[in-house]
Amino acid sequence: MAAKVETLETVDSVTGDYKYGFVTDIESEMAPRGLGEDTVRFISEKKREPGWLLEWRLRAYRAWTKMSAPEWANVHYPPIDYQDIYYYAAPKKKGGPKSLDEVDPELLRTYERLGIPIREREALAGIAVDAVFDSVSVATTFRGKLAEMGVIFSSMSEAVHEQPELVRKYLGSVVPYSDNFDATLNSAVFSDGTFVYVPPGVRCPMELSTYFRINAAKTGQFERTLIIADAGSYVSYLEGCTAPMRDENQLHAAVVELVALDDAEIKYSTVQNWYPGDKNGKGGIYNFVTKRGACRGRNSKISWTQVETGSAITWKYPSCILQGDNSVGEFYSVAVTNNRQQADTGTKMIHIGRNTRSRIISKGISTGHGQNTYRGLVRVLAGAEGAHNYTQCDSLLIGDKCGAHTVPYIEVKNPTARVEHEATTSKISDDQLFYCRQRGLNAEDSVTLIVNGFCRQVLQQLPMEFAVEAQKLLGVSLEGSVG
Amino acid sequence: MLEIRNLHARVDGKDILRGLTLSVNAGEVHALMGPNGSGKSTLAYLIAGRAGYERTDGEILYQGRDLLAMNVEERAREGVFLGFQYPVEIPGVSALTFLKSSVNAVRKHRGLAEYDAMEFLKVVREKAKQLDMPDGLLQRPVNVGFSGGEKKRHEIFQMALLEPTLALLDETDSGLDIDALRVVASGINRLRDPSRAILVITHYQRLLDYVVPDRIHVMAQGRLVKSGDKTLAAELEKTGYAGLGAAA
Ligand SMILES: Nc1ncnc2c1ncn2[C@@H]1O[C@H](COP(=O)(O)OP(=O)(O)O)[C@@H](O)[C@H]1O
Ligand SMILES: [Mg+2]
Repeated sequence: MAAKVETLETVDSVTGDYKYGFVTDIESEMAPRGLGEDTVRFISEKKREPGWLLEWRLRAYRAWTKMSAPEWANVHYPPIDYQDIYYYAAPKKKGGPKSLDEVDPELLRTYERLGIPIREREALAGIAVDAVFDSVSVATTFRGKLAEMGVIFSSMSEAVHEQPELVRKYLGSVVPYSDNFDATLNSAVFSDGTFVYVPPGVRCPMELSTYFRINAAKTGQFERTLIIADAGSYVSYLEGCTAPMRDENQLHAAVVELVALDDAEIKYSTVQNWYPGDKNGKGGIYNFVTKRGACRGRNSKISWTQVETGSAITWKYPSCILQGDNSVGEFYSVAVTNNRQQADTGTKMIHIGRNTRSRIISKGISTGHGQNTYRGLVRVLAGAEGAHNYTQCDSLLIGDKCGAHTVPYIEVKNPTARVEHEATTSKISDDQLFYCRQRGLNAEDSVTLIVNGFCRQVLQQLPMEFAVEAQKLLGVSLEGSVG
Repeated sequence: MLEIRNLHARVDGKDILRGLTLSVNAGEVHALMGPNGSGKSTLAYLIAGRAGYERTDGEILYQGRDLLAMNVEERAREGVFLGFQYPVEIPGVSALTFLKSSVNAVRKHRGLAEYDAMEFLKVVREKAKQLDMPDGLLQRPVNVGFSGGEKKRHEIFQMALLEPTLALLDETDSGLDIDALRVVASGINRLRDPSRAILVITHYQRLLDYVVPDRIHVMAQGRLVKSGDKTLAAELEKTGYAGLGAAA
């Protein structure tokens, strides 16, 4: 079934503050609207998947029909009609593009407008990109160069065919298909995503990066990312996201699974800039994402860094299961809510192995009518001798109609564990604003500067290019926060 | 440069300035003295445009223009600089980043090209050497953990970089030991220029041994009670404010 998506007029005149809000006029191939076993079969068949995967999807689908959406989060939205969503939308093409020359030029232009380097010759040095457009991966760069070192960087669809053993072994091993409502839905209908495998002892020579783009109307995006760092390896992975401005809400329910074996390290960075809706809360992405990493091996390390400025609603808790002795989990987060945005985000650090350590730095910024909740769990199991957690949760309020909430859960079953928690809530003071403005900065730039300072501990975790991008994004997302 | 005529102002509903008249010409350095609570900082804040400071009568002209019609950052970009009595902390923002944003905002306004990181670093290094600013200070977050003296030197450093046309220095000398005082004074003297007006607010004569003013004004209860040349400082030294009928 082909659907032609509407085109908004000129980009600049309609998008206002959100400069990624344009729609690409491209023919899409879509699954029939709505969700049933036949939808799951349709997607699996489109991808010519092996029987085991179809079975896995169907199990997830059946489990999902018996589940209901979580209600514990501090976010509020009308019930989602899951039958009014397209679960699969792919840019129409004949066969799959084997090289960038075969990629629809309209798509290449889209990524150019987004500032994403998917032509290798234009690429930023040292960043390989996988571009996911609606439901499918449209281009993955630098694959050849990475393959020379044994690093596999491909779309999930390709990995299913090219790396069946690895996919079968690890898919769902960190986030099982029955994990939670949104992850289970994702397991049933996930369409694409990124797959990374770094072989033993290899330090991945470039940043790997995926750009997610929702384009088609009434389409959900359900990507699935799986990253495996084998013994002694290292990889840094970046994820960015944008979507057109639309009046209706769109669902994004992704799953990310990370596996770090002995002495391996994974650094996962997200700059999330999905369309947040307009000033009155109309439209925007529902970002309901399950991200979890397993530090399976001794001395392994997983570090999550996220800068969440977009989406109407963000619900995500990138977590670490610290299984291996001496393993380390980190979570660095900036979440901004402006206008009517709502964010309920945080992390879970599950200490299982001995001498496991975790560190949580969360910076929540609320302005307009934004509501921002940090929700975090630190659980130390009985065997986690010598475990240590440090948590620092800072909230910054701009204006008096927004809200910040901190909900820490701490469960400690081992008496040798040390768990430290610090929390602060502050406002940008008139004195700070006056001081900056007396030095020539306008009010908005002053707020951006002060907020960037507030977020520094997190921003400095990002790779250089992303940090610069994230700083600009913070400025944009704070627009209108001062009179 | 600066023309203040019959200025009345209130803060939080309280009348503080009551008919203050003062003019400072380009090329001059004036000192504004007076007991605590006489309204010196209030005047400085009013000139800089701090919220909550309300003019009830009179006017302030800056380069012949109505200063109070401009917003805070316009005044700053047009060359009005206030060295704060209590500089404000901005956690997480290095002084260098802060200064670069500030200098570039002002340069942009003046139609000059903004500095990139490298150019700015060069400019800063040079100025830091001239003003004897320890390099390390600029890497630290703005005013966070700075000693009293460091804060004041940082203010002077900012002034030197921004090259204002009208500089107001509110008790930049208080709380300084003699070495820091010398550094601050030489920073001010360096900026003396035929195109620039400087108003130094202080209630000690000490600073004026190093920065010799063209005029000295004594303020009490919201207006000037005496003005004179530099010899007024010595007179004050002898008689105190009380002798001038300027007790708080
Ligand atoms: N925010 C304020 N609210 C009320 N009164 C104030 C405020 N700021 C200053 N004042 C009063 O204004 C008068 C002048 O203060 P100030 O200008 O700070 O004097 P100075 O700098 O000469 O010591 C004092 O009586 C002080 O208490
Ligand atoms: Mg004062």
